[in-house]
Amino acid sequence: MLDGTAVAGLLKELGFTHVVTVPDGTLGRWESAIEAAGVRVIRVCREGEAWTIAGGLYLGGATPLVMIQCTGLFESGDALRNTLHEWKLPLYAFIGYRSYLNQTNLPGDTSLVFTEPILTTWKLDWKLIKDGSQLGEIAEHVRACRAASTPGVSLIAEGRS
Amino acid sequence: MSRLFNKFFRSAAGLPKGMTTAEALAPVRAARRAQDVVITTMSAAKVWMDMGPLHPLDHVFVPSCMSHATSVGLGIALAQPERRVYVLNGDGSMLMNLGSLVTIGAQAPKNLAVIVLVNGVYEVTGSQPIPGGDAADFVAIAAASGFQHSAKLERTNQWNWYAAELFDDDGPAFVELAVVPDLDRPAPRSPGPAAARAQQLRTALLTPIPR
Repeated sequence: MLDGTAVAGLLKELGFTHVVTVPDGTLGRWESAIEAAGVRVIRVCREGEAWTIAGGLYLGGATPLVMIQCTGLFESGDALRNTLHEWKLPLYAFIGYRSYLNQTNLPGDTSLVFTEPILTTWKLDWKLIKDGSQLGEIAEHVRACRAASTPGVSLIAEGRS
Repeated sequence: MSRLFNKFFRSAAGLPKGMTTAEALAPVRAARRAQDVVITTMSAAKVWMDMGPLHPLDHVFVPSCMSHATSVGLGIALAQPERRVYVLNGDGSMLMNLGSLVTIGAQAPKNLAVIVLVNGVYEVTGSQPIPGGDAADFVAIAAASGFQHSAKLERTNQWNWYAAELFDDDGPAFVELAVVPDLDRPAPRSPGPAAARAQQLRTALLTPIPR
């Protein structure tokens, strides 16, 4: 899967200033590399906070990334709705797609049932990222979303250690 | 009917007499400098708008995702460390995003003050009691979460004095104000299209502070 150092380098290259996050077993392993790259990591208590803190950062001129698992996406719907669709702040997010690559730990994980339809229902422009060879596609997607001033999501497949 | 019910309700709920919402907001209007940001939500937003014209750095957080004014304030405070950020929140909203106090304490922005108007009810939905009544000790939670200053004030003269001193030392600062509920107050209305207001606020925030 994606390597933390490579992800951190990509975030730096794309000009992200802050990563607002609740970790999971995949995304959390990138935190130290992201901090080492000079991108400030803001750890929040619940995922709804991530959208609104990122919204405040954006209003203040920063370039934040929201980084949460799909379960946190489910929890944080109202914050997402308000921030992205009412205030129309063009935030970008990495969302971990639990169990996509491996269901050994959680057979029948309903994350696989709900994640993609919910992203679509929230009218988000999302791109599935299955392996580390797609870093360039993430960059391309981020730039396209910025050019269009729209929110966007890289949906990061998880489940293989 | 409403005045009698107000009196009965406060007595029955055992709520402190406290100050009016306008009295709670007035010291912030007096203390805020031209480059400072003021975020209001729920009843505070309604009264703030009633008190006078909006400043370009007023963020009336309506429509909102209830409880997130503190989080928006944290983001702005981190991005704009030269500006003071006041967040005028309600107790129902604070309960709904209590974790944000821990997040703020961990980030420790020196330029952020969270001011919670405690009236014991969800005023904008018809003044139903908040969970636990006055069980939550917001000041203790803020202090334990890393806020540099925290205080609970029940009298207008105390708050007038405290508000003027709020940023004399490094924050983050937390203030709990005892406020009387107004059972007849209508819910706040958005002062304009949200997306346009967001862009106006961003433009104002990105305008350099005059030296």
